[in-house]
Amino acid sequence: MALHPINHVWEQGRAYALLGPSGCGKTTLLNIISGLIFPSQGRVLFDGKDVTQLPTEQRNIAQVFQFPVIYDTMTVGENLAFPLKNRRMERAAIKARVAEIADLLDLTNDLSRRARALTVEAKQKVSLGRGLVRADVAAMLFDEPLTVIDPALKWHLRSKLKAVHRALDLLMIYVTHDQVEALTFADEVVVMKDGRVLQVASPAQLFERPEHTFVGYFIGSPGMNLIAAKVSDHVAHVSGHDIELGARYPKIKNGDAVIGFRPDFASLAPEGGIPVQVRRIEDLGRRRLARVALGPHEIFANVPEGVSIGGGTAGLSIQQDRLFVYVDDELVLGDRR
Amino acid sequence: MAAEVLSTSSLVAVENPARPRRAFRLTNLLPRIGFAIYLLALMLPIYWLINMSLRSNEEITSSLAFWPHHPSLQKYFFIFNDPTWVHAFMVSLTYVAINTVISVTVALPAAYAFNRYHFIGDKYLFFWLLSNLMAPAAVYAMPFFNLYYAIGLFDTIWAVALAHCLFNVPVAVWILEGFVAGVPREIDEMAAIDGYSFPRFFIRIFIPLIANGVGVTAFFCFMFSWVEQLLATTLTATDALPFAAVMTRSYSVAGMDWSLLAAAGVLTMIPGALVIWFVRNHIAKGFALGRV
Amino acid sequence: MEKPLNNRAWLMVAPVLVLVLFSALLPMMTVVNYSVQDSLGQNQFFWNGDAWFRDLLNPSTEIGARFSDALLRNLSFSLVTLALEVPLGIAIALCLPRGGWAVGPLLVLIALPMLIPWNVIGTMWQIFSRADIGLFGAALTGLGLHYNVTQNAISAWCTIVVIDVWHWTPLIILLTYAGLRAIPDAYYQAARIDAASRWATFINIELPKLQKVLVIAILLRFMQTFMIYTEPFVVTGGGPGSATTFLSIDLVKIALGQVDLGPAAAMSLVYNLITLTICWIFFTIMTQLDRRRYA
Repeated sequence: MALHPINHVWEQGRAYALLGPSGCGKTTLLNIISGLIFPSQGRVLFDGKDVTQLPTEQRNIAQVFQFPVIYDTMTVGENLAFPLKNRRMERAAIKARVAEIADLLDLTNDLSRRARALTVEAKQKVSLGRGLVRADVAAMLFDEPLTVIDPALKWHLRSKLKAVHRALDLLMIYVTHDQVEALTFADEVVVMKDGRVLQVASPAQLFERPEHTFVGYFIGSPGMNLIAAKVSDHVAHVSGHDIELGARYPKIKNGDAVIGFRPDFASLAPEGGIPVQVRRIEDLGRRRLARVALGPHEIFANVPEGVSIGGGTAGLSIQQDRLFVYVDDELVLGDRR
Repeated sequence: MAAEVLSTSSLVAVENPARPRRAFRLTNLLPRIGFAIYLLALMLPIYWLINMSLRSNEEITSSLAFWPHHPSLQKYFFIFNDPTWVHAFMVSLTYVAINTVISVTVALPAAYAFNRYHFIGDKYLFFWLLSNLMAPAAVYAMPFFNLYYAIGLFDTIWAVALAHCLFNVPVAVWILEGFVAGVPREIDEMAAIDGYSFPRFFIRIFIPLIANGVGVTAFFCFMFSWVEQLLATTLTATDALPFAAVMTRSYSVAGMDWSLLAAAGVLTMIPGALVIWFVRNHIAKGFALGRV
Repeated sequence: MEKPLNNRAWLMVAPVLVLVLFSALLPMMTVVNYSVQDSLGQNQFFWNGDAWFRDLLNPSTEIGARFSDALLRNLSFSLVTLALEVPLGIAIALCLPRGGWAVGPLLVLIALPMLIPWNVIGTMWQIFSRADIGLFGAALTGLGLHYNVTQNAISAWCTIVVIDVWHWTPLIILLTYAGLRAIPDAYYQAARIDAASRWATFINIELPKLQKVLVIAILLRFMQTFMIYTEPFVVTGGGPGSATTFLSIDLVKIALGQVDLGPAAAMSLVYNLITLTICWIFFTIMTQLDRRRYA
C-alpha cells in the first residue's frame, strides 16, 4: 500500500476521522501510527518524541479493532485489568481504575462474567475499556469499530464513544468508510482516496467547501452535483446554457473544468433561472429533492417549501458563493473582485 | 488547550514493510537452538534411509557406515524400469487423489453445519464419526473384502478411494470443524446483510477464511490414504495393485531386500512432499481482520 | 451465543454420513456376528452367547490375563508418548516462522516422517537400532548404555517410544502451526498494546484458540498409539518376551491360525469399546469445559 506524503498534526483532546472508500490507505495510516507497520520514509512524533521505529508496546496507544478482541478465558474485570497488571500496577489501584472505566462504559454489572459470553456490542465496549483503562494513553485508535455491530445498536455505541471522549479528553483517531459515522463523531475529518489525503477539515467545512471533487461527491446524501463545463472568465457553459459563476477564472486551460454545487444550495422554481427538465420529485419528509436534467446532465436540487412544481420543466437557481470550480479534480479559487 | 500530541510528517508507506525486529537475547536464541536440534534428530533416520537405499544388501547387513562404500542408484533404476512398480505408483497416486478430493469436499459443509448449527443428535453424530477411526483394521479386512466384491468394485481404484473415506472423512470433518470455530459468526451475519447467497458466501468468503484448515486437512487426507496398506491390498488384486502390495515383493525367499525397500521408501516421500509444498501458503496464511 | 436449531443442517451432513456408514456398518455387523459365535471348524458356527466376553474380562483365565497385560502396556505407552509428543509438537510449531521463504522447505522437512509407509519405517529402524550395523544402536552403545532391542525390554520399549515420537510429532506440529496461523493478527497486536509477555500471550491467546485443534490432535494420537501395530511388530516382533506385545499384536496372533474367530472378534470389540470410552470421556470433558466458558 503506497501512501502519498502526509503532513499532519493531531492535537490532544480532539477527535479525528479518517474517511474514505476501501483501499484508500486509511487503515495503513492508522497502522503506521499504531506501530503495526513502519513507513519507508517519514517520521511519527508523539509529543515531539520520534516513535517511528518503536514497536507498538512502546508507544502510548490503544486500539479498537473491527472485531471485538478480548481474552476469551478471562472475565470482563480481568480483561480490563490485564493491561494494568502487565504494567505492574498495584492491586488496589487496578481495582479502582477498572471500576471507574466499567462505570463509564456501563459494564459494572458484567465485571465477573466471562467476556466470551457477552453480546458483540458489550465485547466491543470491553475492547474499548482495555484501551481506556491506562491513564497514560496518548491516542486511541479505532479501526472501523462498528462494523459488526447491529445497525440498530450503532447509535448507542457511537454516543458512548462521544461521551467517553468528552469525559477523558483523549486524542481519538477513527477510521471509517461511513460518512455518517465520521461526520457525527469527528471534530476534524481527514478524507482520503488512493493513498492521498484530499482534505482535512471540520465536517461543516467539508460540506460547505469541498476542496476536491471526490470530497464533494462522497460527503452528503446525495453528494455534490458535478458537471463538466467550459469555463470562460466568469461564466460556465453547460449544454448551451450560461451559468454565472460570481468570480473570475482566467487561468483555466482550454476552459475545461467541472463545476460543483450541492443540492442543498440549488433550488427549483416554476420559472426563472436555468431551464431544466424535471424527472422526479421525492418527498423525503423534511425536504423535497428533485431530480432534474440539464441536457445530458443529471442534477439534484432542493424544492423549497411552499413552492410547487407543476409541469415537466422548471428553473434552477444556484447559490453563487456555493458554486465551485474544479480543474483536474482540485478546487480552483476564483477572483471575486 | 491544543497540545501537539501526534505528528505524522511526510509519511510514505510501502507494501509489506518491515516489522519490528526482536531484540537479540539469549531467550530468543534457546528456542532456535532447540528447533535446530529437533530438525537434526528428524533428519537422521531419513538420511539413514537414503543411505540404505544406496548401499547393497550385503553391505547393509554387514557393516556400519555413514556413507555407502559404493553408492549405487541400482535399486532406483530397478523401480523406475519395472512397469509393475510404476503402474502401482500411479494407481496409488490416483486413488489417494480421488479420496482427498472427496473427503475434503464432503467434509467442508458438514464441518460448517456441526459448528454453526444445532440439530438433533449432532454431538453423538460428531463423535460417532471419530469412532470409525478406532476400527482395528486387521479384523475388518475380511468383511470389507466381502462387501466390495459383492458390489463389483473389487480391484478398482474406486474401491480403495471409497474405503479410505471410512477414516479420512471423519478426520477431515473434525479438523475443519476446529477451524470453522475460529471464524467469528459475525462474518456470516455480515455477508447475509450484504446480500450474499449462502453458496456464494461459503465458497468466496468462508472457505478462504479457513484456508489454513483446508490446506492442512488436504495434506492429512493425502498422507493417511497414502500410507494405508491393509485395505489397499485387501481390496485389490492386479488391475489396481497399489505400490504397498508391490513393496511386499521386497520380502522374498532369498531374504529381505533392504535397499530396495529403502529406495521405495525414499520415493514414497516425494508425492506427499509435493502436496505439502503446494499447500504451504494455505497452511501458513495469516489473517488481518478486515471487512470482507 | 446459542447455536440456532436448524434441522436442515442434516442436509449438509448427509454426504458425510452416507460415505462413512457405507464403510462402517456392514463390517461392524460381521464382527459382532463372529464375537457371539463359536465354531467347530469348517464354517459351522453355533451360538456362544457372551462366553468369549466373560473369559476375556476375567484376568484369571489365560486370555483374560493376556488381555489385561496388553491393555496396561497400551495405556502406559499412550500416556508416555502423548506426554512427550504434545508439548514438543507445540513448542516446535511456535518456533516455525510465520511467513517468508523458509516456511515451505521447513514444512516439507517436518512432514517427511509421516509420508514413509509404516512397514518401511519399521524395517529401517530394525537396522538403525542394531548396535553393529545401525547408527542409532551404535551411538547408544558407544555412549555406554546397555542398549539391545532384542534382549532388553527397556531398550525395546524406549525404541518404540522414540520411533513413535519421531514418526508422529510432525502431526502435532502441522496441526498446531495451522491453528496458530489462523489466529488473526489483531489479537497479537492487542497483546502488544496490553504489554503482555510472550508467555502471557501464549496462555491467554494462543492456547485457548488452539483448543479445538489440540483436541483433535490428542484424540488422533491417542487412538493411533492405542492401536499401534506395524512398528512394534516389525522392529521387535512383540518382544523381548511380551514386553512390547501390544493389544493389536496380540489380537492378530490370536486371530491368525485359529479356527474359531470368536475370541479374536470378542477381543477386538472390547478393544474397540475401551478406545471409544476413553475418547468419549475426553471429548465430553472438553465440550463441558467449553460450555462452562459461556456461562
